Amino acid sequence: MTPVSRLYVPNSPARPGQAPDFSYVRLSPAGAVPRPAVGAALSELEPLAQSLIRVLDDEGVAVGPWAPALTADELQQGLRLMLLTRLYDERMFRTQRQGRISFYVKSTGEEAVSVAAGLALRSTDMLFPSYRQQGLQFVRGVSLVDMMCQLLSNTRDMCKGRQLPVFYHSVPKRLFTISGNLTTQVPQAVGWAMAAAIQGREDLAATWTGEGSTAEPDFHNALVFATVYRAPAILNVVNNQWAISTFQGFAGGEQRSFAARGLGYGVPGLRVDGNDFLAVHAATRWAAERARAGGGATVIELVTYRVAAHSTSDDPTRYRPKDEPAHWPLGDPIERLKRHLIGRGLWSEARHQALTTELEELLSVAWKEAVGYGSLNEGPRLDSDLMFEDVFKAMPQNLIDQRSELRRERGMPWRK
Amino acid sequence: MAQMNMVQALNSAMDVCMARDPGVVVLGQDVGYFGGVFRVTEGLQRKYGEHRVLDAPITEGGIIAAAIGMAVNGLKPVAEIQFADYIYPGYDQIVSELARLRYRSAGAFPAPVTIRTPCGGGIRGGQTHSQSPEALFTHVCGIKVVMPSNPFDAKGLLIAAIEAEDPVLFLEPKRLYNGPFDGDPDKPAVPWSDHPKGEVPEGHYLVPIGQAAVVKVGTQVTIVTYGTLVHVAEVAARCMNLDAEIIDVRSMVPLDVDTLVASVRKTGRCLIAHEATRFSGFGAELAATLQEHCFWQLEAPIERVGGWDTPYPHAFEWEYFPGPGRLCAALERLMVAS
Repeated sequence: MTPVSRLYVPNSPARPGQAPDFSYVRLSPAGAVPRPAVGAALSELEPLAQSLIRVLDDEGVAVGPWAPALTADELQQGLRLMLLTRLYDERMFRTQRQGRISFYVKSTGEEAVSVAAGLALRSTDMLFPSYRQQGLQFVRGVSLVDMMCQLLSNTRDMCKGRQLPVFYHSVPKRLFTISGNLTTQVPQAVGWAMAAAIQGREDLAATWTGEGSTAEPDFHNALVFATVYRAPAILNVVNNQWAISTFQGFAGGEQRSFAARGLGYGVPGLRVDGNDFLAVHAATRWAAERARAGGGATVIELVTYRVAAHSTSDDPTRYRPKDEPAHWPLGDPIERLKRHLIGRGLWSEARHQALTTELEELLSVAWKEAVGYGSLNEGPRLDSDLMFEDVFKAMPQNLIDQRSELRRERGMPWRK
Repeated sequence: MAQMNMVQALNSAMDVCMARDPGVVVLGQDVGYFGGVFRVTEGLQRKYGEHRVLDAPITEGGIIAAAIGMAVNGLKPVAEIQFADYIYPGYDQIVSELARLRYRSAGAFPAPVTIRTPCGGGIRGGQTHSQSPEALFTHVCGIKVVMPSNPFDAKGLLIAAIEAEDPVLFLEPKRLYNGPFDGDPDKPAVPWSDHPKGEVPEGHYLVPIGQAAVVKVGTQVTIVTYGTLVHVAEVAARCMNLDAEIIDVRSMVPLDVDTLVASVRKTGRCLIAHEATRFSGFGAELAATLQEHCFWQLEAPIERVGGWDTPYPHAFEWEYFPGPGRLCAALERLMVAS
């Protein structure tokens, strides 16, 4: 008989077939959390890592000290970009199911995390996203066709066929190349921020990683460098509750919030309603001001929910209740901003419908153009010679030889 | 005997070991409730409980280090790293710690950890889900490195790894999970149930670590290979109408030099093939060892085929993958030379 294990094992509050239970998500009423000055001492900032910064109340009214002063244009632009993100996700997901692209990752329900944060930053700030912040690409104005060509690995693919779909990048738009390896971008963003400080520039670096990924040593590395050099960086932790089947408890979320991860290092943390466009915008602005003023880095935990599967290779109904998304207590970021705008007379159902139609049309036109440049399986294909480029700046002899060998191989009868 | 694919065979190996030894525990990302992203640990948590099949935080270094601590404290951990491409944050714990604990403590603190990890391409995984990093580990002294090419070997080797008193890196060619693959992505997938090595005993048995397998006896040329390329080699030899002897290395560390040498001395010609990048690949070690032992019997220079010396590119998966074409070209060079 084996002795009884004393090991504590975190348990998801609900599994398939059980009633969804989000009672573990600590909420603060909208407007209730104070907004300290960006120069406030760490001791004054510490409570912000445990409470939840919210601006939009249940009626869609912006309340409290964090409510940002945004123009109607800015708010409408936010809604447009979040809706574009969602529609793009829906459409690209369908193309994956049709076999046109090999893989896709949706960000459904997390649109505010990227769009609101992106809009709160300057276009000169450098962004280090993970693979679920496609909204940042739209904020920065990367063209739909360019993004779709990347997904298709076609002749216009910015990655020249080397990356899985969704791993975009853009030098002019200041979007770093996305990695499949988790958390690697977080300490890199801190290094970028250190360089900006060394060069006497005002730019900052913002990065995004999942709550599950905070378990990686690279998150600790980022915090150490961020605190030692007071790097002008914003370290966003997108707490969407799930890392594939790993619920947030397995990243240590049961004991303390992810926003509090930085406190031991002297890096303050803001815990923010990630589905509240206004709260995300305000928190990002606050952290950016603090960074530009020489205050150093801030951790922002964005409390949100991964409505979709982890990726097209995942089936979440195997590990969480099917109806869990419907029970998420912080609602839907698009619906909440829309309600706010309608309440202020700045939007209407009719305009929303018209915008949806307009964006669908944009996506259709872009897709038509993008597939014209080929795909993995149809139409013009990238020249496989490209495989050997960019390993080094100048191609070494072994790769020159192998490129010739592949050309001969392609001409051989036994290869199809 | 039961019919099993490689996923089921690996699952059965862990099941058998967990039933026999309460000290065997499984840990890794998504391995518990979910049963693993490739389903290899499916059902084990239901059967053995969440204290023996542990979902782990997403930190490969943490998983391997915790497994070391458990092993030092009397357990037999089987750690899963979700993709071999993600093993690098755990590299320091493997290279500087796991592999050397026995040595540096003069035998006082051995850590018999098994690390399972899917490797290799062929599933459109791009450069972060396709790598074959075996050579990065065979160069490290103190850890055994194995890679099966079929369900029967997979189960027997994994049981041997779990029961071993040394740490073992157990590489699983993920393209072979559901069926043998001969390198032609356009052919319909073949299940393991049509293959003799898909017949797997349900109970305990061992495939000893350190023994190569002669997959096919032949006289004209020896093909030394492992993993997915075992199946590609069979097709290439058939295409070339060659009576090839095909050897599945199975265990890279320790290496069954005798079986390899005997074959190459007999045939006088040798092709080494693996999916990993060729430069500094494990094939270099094989070629050096074989020429030392077989130089006077060789009729032609040893040929080496592998993936190109580039990262594994998403769009050029089949141009990168060393398919039958690349093996045939090498065989042609080998047979012409005299």
